[in-house]
Amino acid sequence: MRLKTFKIGGVHPPENKITAHKAIESFPVPTLARVMLHQNLGVASVATVGKGDEVKVGQVIARQEGFISSSIHSPVSGIVTKIEECVDASGYRKPAIFIETKGDEWLEGIDTTSALVTEIKASKEEIIKKVTEMGIVGLGGATFPSQVKLMVPEGNKAEYIIINGVECEPYLTSDHRLMLERPHEIMIGVQLLMKASGASKALIGIEANKPDAIDLLTKVAQEYTNIEVYGLKVKYPQGGEKQLIKALTGREVPSGKLPISVGCIVNNVGTAFAVYEAVQKNKPLVERVVTITGKGLKEPGNFMVRIGTSIADLLAHCGYNAEHEAKIVSGGPMMGKAVTTPDIPMVKGTSGILVIEEGVERVAIEPCIRCGRCTRVCPMGLEPYLLAMASSKKMYDITEANAVMDCIECGSCHYICPAGRPLLDYVRLGKSETGKIMRSRKSVQ
Amino acid sequence: MDLIIVYAMVAMAGLGITAAVVLYFVAQKFKVIEDPRIDQVAEFLAGANCGGCGYAGCRNFAEAVVQKGSLEGMNCPPGGAEVMAKVAAVLGLEAQASDPQIAVVRCNGGKAHSPQKVNYDGAQSCASSAALFAGEGGCKNGCLGHGDCVTACSFDAIHIDETTGLPVVHDECVACGACVKACPRNIIELRKRGPKDRRIFVSCVNTEKGAISKKNCEVACIGCGKCVKICPFEAITLQNNIAYIDDAKCRLCRKCVAECPTGAIHELNFPVKAKAAEATEAVEN
Repeated sequence: MRLKTFKIGGVHPPENKITAHKAIESFPVPTLARVMLHQNLGVASVATVGKGDEVKVGQVIARQEGFISSSIHSPVSGIVTKIEECVDASGYRKPAIFIETKGDEWLEGIDTTSALVTEIKASKEEIIKKVTEMGIVGLGGATFPSQVKLMVPEGNKAEYIIINGVECEPYLTSDHRLMLERPHEIMIGVQLLMKASGASKALIGIEANKPDAIDLLTKVAQEYTNIEVYGLKVKYPQGGEKQLIKALTGREVPSGKLPISVGCIVNNVGTAFAVYEAVQKNKPLVERVVTITGKGLKEPGNFMVRIGTSIADLLAHCGYNAEHEAKIVSGGPMMGKAVTTPDIPMVKGTSGILVIEEGVERVAIEPCIRCGRCTRVCPMGLEPYLLAMASSKKMYDITEANAVMDCIECGSCHYICPAGRPLLDYVRLGKSETGKIMRSRKSVQ
Repeated sequence: MDLIIVYAMVAMAGLGITAAVVLYFVAQKFKVIEDPRIDQVAEFLAGANCGGCGYAGCRNFAEAVVQKGSLEGMNCPPGGAEVMAKVAAVLGLEAQASDPQIAVVRCNGGKAHSPQKVNYDGAQSCASSAALFAGEGGCKNGCLGHGDCVTACSFDAIHIDETTGLPVVHDECVACGACVKACPRNIIELRKRGPKDRRIFVSCVNTEKGAISKKNCEVACIGCGKCVKICPFEAITLQNNIAYIDDAKCRLCRKCVAECPTGAIHELNFPVKAKAAEATEAVEN
């Protein structure tokens, strides 16, 4: 089998998938759930419950506000103790709903059994409505509200549903385990996505370092029509939306455009599973698979965790010893963000928690020698050294002219830089400032 | 003389004269009439092109001030009253008295007062790290200490103090406001220099509730409002859990400085004598 891949750039960080063989464990329901009100890309949700209210699992506790937004459901049953600001991963305080757990009572009408519901009864509109109501967001990490992707804008046509099973981030294995343990659910989820968007074909991309998942999904896919599974060459960032489209279809998303402009809608396998549960089981997004990993941990593993569970609890379960660890990263080592304290709640976008042991340090920062390695590895064909330099000097006309907005923040440039320069930090800064300037110019016009 | 040389000379002279005539008329036609006062004004300005006046550079400011014909809202911070008086003389206007200003750093949460809780080893830029996290001390409004203000200053007037990790403004400051714009946390403010450089200000911009601010920093303003009550000139206001002293109303009586329970209100350049005398008095009593 010839393996597909994207054409430009990319790096090969060590895989370190130490939890790949660990089956998904159900993590106990937390005694206190802290549900952040801003869990999706776009506008934050608005709380619909107040102090003292009794809630059941799956009950809406915050509603969607605006088009690019999502609703939030209670991950536990119990009593709302307060709505207050809570420290998030960055150390800033953001509003959250605090729920004290009492038992585990689910809202009526939610199917919590593991029985497979294969028959698709819902119509196209019903699927989109269900996805909206159940608070489904992209679980690959970007947390983009899923219903928005499925509403194909006029003048565009969805040809392919692309399912991202790449999991190119080192260490993380949550998608891998989900594919091995819930293949049928994922396939039904894919069919639902196809029906909702009107796409006639679905392509599932999985990196070659997960041969068991490729074999299993290829076998399962034969039972369903129009779903094809492809093995992909191991290369970071293969799981980037634009890179995956290029690898699977050979199409290139034009600068500044969305995947739908080339007839593709990309969803993560985790999202496909969540869509299955929402539509077929009437179950809102109240839990997700999280990889807790790190070489220093005694018991790393994959867990099905309720949203709002404290990361400190998860780490304690895995044998975390604060004395020997240096850094806790939310997400993978390439795109994840270091957290300021372990006592923060899980959100919909938490795909993994990586603990980096003491002694692992950054390369010392030295001057740029213009070796051009960052340019060679950039999967978007940009010049990171130039963008970083211009951003640090606030030359935002240069960053705009050099397409800083196309940066997908994969961090390949930062990873490869022999001088250890924090290229991505500066490019990200330039991207946000340039974006502000471009938006303000647009609003003036 | 060879005839060919004569021909060449005549031809060249003819060409020269024709070109001169054409150029003369073109120059007359496209003449740019510039107010001679612009040059005169520009001559007096500091020439630093710092942008403190709000214009792109000194020349740009000179053009603007001549065109406007009044001095309202026009000020050259590095030049100060002296330069503005000269500019006023050129334009035949009365110079407006403006109080000299200086940049003030409103954060005292240095290494000693706001102990480091996490270690940041990313890009050493305040703008970049402010987008990533709350800060090593945990205060969401506090100084990040990477020195974006230092880089922005073209007068070498602000430096990071190694022991506290906080920026310190020196006398060279001309109040151009470059550091004010560079700080992502809006900590730096331009305030009145004050008589004999004496100033009183609240050295904190944290808007969180008192308990949370205090947890992160022992010298934070906790919004208790004691200073508001004690101020005899109604110069202090309390908004969003933070006190602010209006430098136009403040008469430098220093009552608030003594009243503040966390020591968030700072006084600068007051004689130490008075304090020492007070202390000895207290000991004697």
